[in-house]
Amino acid sequence: MAIVFEKPKSLTSKELHYCPGCPHGIIHRLVAEAIDNLGIEGKTVGVAPVGCAVMAYDYFSCDMVEAAHGRAPAVATGIKRALPENVVFTYQGDGDLASIGMAETVHAATRNENITIIFVNNAIYGMTGGQMAPTSLPGQVTQTSPYGRDVKVAGYPIRVCEMLSALDAPYYIERVAANNVKNVLRAKKAIEKAFRNQIEGKGFSLIEVVSACPTNWGMTPQKALEWVEDKMIPYYPLGVFKDKEANA
Amino acid sequence: MTTQILIAGFGGQGILFSGKLLAYKALSEGKELSWLPSYGPEMRGGTASCSVTISDEPVGSPIIDHPDVLIVMNLPSLDRYESTVKKGGMIFVDSTLVSRKVQRDDVKAFYIPSTKLAQDMGAQNLANIVLLGKVLKDCPAISRDYLEEALKKVVSARHPEMYELNLKAIDAGYNYTE
Amino acid sequence: MSEKVLMKGNEAIAEAALRAGCRHYFGYPITPQTELTAYMAKRLPKLEGGVFLQAESEISAINMVYGVAGTGKRVMTSSSSPGISLKQEGISYIAGADLPAVIVNVQRGGPGLGGIQPSQSDYFQATKGGGHGDYHLIVLTPSSVQEMADLTHLAFDLADKYRCPAMLLADGTMGQMMEPVALPEETNCKVEKPWAVTGTEMKREHNIINSLYLSPEVLEKTNFERFERYAKIEKNEVRYESYMMDDAEYCIVAFGIAARVAKNAISAMRKEGFKVGLIRPITIWPFPKKAIREAADKVKGFVSVELSMGQMIEDVKLAEECLRPVLLCNRAGGMIPSVDQIISVTKELVEGGRK
Repeated sequence: MAIVFEKPKSLTSKELHYCPGCPHGIIHRLVAEAIDNLGIEGKTVGVAPVGCAVMAYDYFSCDMVEAAHGRAPAVATGIKRALPENVVFTYQGDGDLASIGMAETVHAATRNENITIIFVNNAIYGMTGGQMAPTSLPGQVTQTSPYGRDVKVAGYPIRVCEMLSALDAPYYIERVAANNVKNVLRAKKAIEKAFRNQIEGKGFSLIEVVSACPTNWGMTPQKALEWVEDKMIPYYPLGVFKDKEANA
Repeated sequence: MTTQILIAGFGGQGILFSGKLLAYKALSEGKELSWLPSYGPEMRGGTASCSVTISDEPVGSPIIDHPDVLIVMNLPSLDRYESTVKKGGMIFVDSTLVSRKVQRDDVKAFYIPSTKLAQDMGAQNLANIVLLGKVLKDCPAISRDYLEEALKKVVSARHPEMYELNLKAIDAGYNYTE
Repeated sequence: MSEKVLMKGNEAIAEAALRAGCRHYFGYPITPQTELTAYMAKRLPKLEGGVFLQAESEISAINMVYGVAGTGKRVMTSSSSPGISLKQEGISYIAGADLPAVIVNVQRGGPGLGGIQPSQSDYFQATKGGGHGDYHLIVLTPSSVQEMADLTHLAFDLADKYRCPAMLLADGTMGQMMEPVALPEETNCKVEKPWAVTGTEMKREHNIINSLYLSPEVLEKTNFERFERYAKIEKNEVRYESYMMDDAEYCIVAFGIAARVAKNAISAMRKEGFKVGLIRPITIWPFPKKAIREAADKVKGFVSVELSMGQMIEDVKLAEECLRPVLLCNRAGGMIPSVDQIISVTKELVEGGRK
């Protein structure tokens, strides 16, 4: 019988701990497919964040390092500088990358550090139970913004791709989403390109994946995906924000 | 024998450089030594001092509470350190920049207008070296031996012409008579 | 041993690290250790495989160290007290993931921004944890420029041997002073590190560098196992200098620059007929407990000389088991105890003994 669908080789057989309806599983799969397609599992080192994806080190079958909250780009810098021939990626959430780790993110970008960053933006701190994130939308109700994010008090959400695109150095920055088949296929292409850039020595590539958190948003998975389409994407428009290859 | 030398003045006068020259001279002589700078937030113009200990034995503390030899290039340094010098010690003063005399009579004082002598040579920034020439002449604990060897090590390789000029400055101090 | 050269303490650390095979350095400018960073910036780019990076913060620097340490390569960072506080999170992770790395602290006065003059007030931070969780660093305290070099080399070896971060705890004086130093020979250290992340090459199971264990039973086990290793370090790696202790009636305990001043005080007191000696801890973790305890049987009392409000004195008291009085002779905030002050406090001890 022909196999028409199977687990990517660079995922372990460990059962994922993510909530029902959480797109992390899809995004893990996209990363693993990229690694498989490029045949780089044996020389890849991944860096897991603090947040929902903290245990990503158990799910990817390449060598993995667990970083402190927000520090993944610095840890990845160390690894890549020590092992320039290897492929190094980080997998981070919005609190990790855009709040506590913003300095590490910006400086890895401005060094055009030859690493790949997968940034999952679901506008909330998931692991700690649904607090306001740097990317929570204005008015969004969370555990720490129970009356809705008040921009006069908490400020505005940060659009990471737009911000990093203002830098001269980074090579490739794209925002994709994981809310429907069309967007997932586009995300897959972007992630693979981000890895290919690194293999070709091009430098810093960051793929922001707009995602959902049904559990902490208090929605059904279906409703959460609709909320991504209706609320998130208008605030976080999809597209390529920087591509030095295209500009070359 | 152990000789503790304290050099003090303004930052930018070459206080640390003088100390380095003495330290390298001691190294060339095969002696034990320590060189300890004061370090502060201001790179130029603040007070600077440098403690050099030269000994036949391993050096204990590099910190000098009571120097045998005090070399001063400004008035605040003389005011601050005059009383700390050991009885029977020596104080060398740049008399172009320090107008007053040493007040103690239990130490030997030497005055040399080293800044003026350096200016006359067209090398005002070598006043520290002129003053050091006087020290080499009059301080029995610090001879002129190995000076050239030490000077070669401290003068930057980028400015070999400074070697000759430094030697000239040493001689200007060495041959000066009050 | 090579011919002696004159070097600043900070530079001697840097050169010794290079000779120990360290090719990765991450730093951030702070007085009074900046010469070390500058030395690395100059040398590393010229060496094969050399990586120097000025990080965006001390926090990033220590996490870059964590990354390199995970690959199994020798790596170092350096800073001074406020910067070391910022590194504590990373140091805890490095300890928790059982990685070897070398951290240099050229201490200055604190707390807060404090000052830039020499201090030993990070003793507690260095020896009692510093970051969160149950862990230790191997802490080495140089007392000369020669030891700045020698102990740096040793720090790399011990860190590799015990898979444990090692700290060189110096102070501003040690960093800034120059002394003749015979630099250690180049070593080509190849310690097997099968745990390192270097890419599986599809030939082995994946390695994971990690300090997260959500199961308390498992986390407890890792803690106990780590402390078995610490017990070995305590058994094998205690280092101290015993100076004029053979006939000593009074024992000064001091490390780093304080020990240098203490030696001058001892010479002066011996001339006056006082039998004073020195125990100089070279490792402050592990602390030379046994040496202090044995001295307690022979001497009439101890003086702990410190550039702090009195931190090591707690370890001295624990080690001598309340058998003898322990006096503190200290300056703080960047000041250094003088020879006269040490003599005066030691004489207080002598007088106290006669009462």
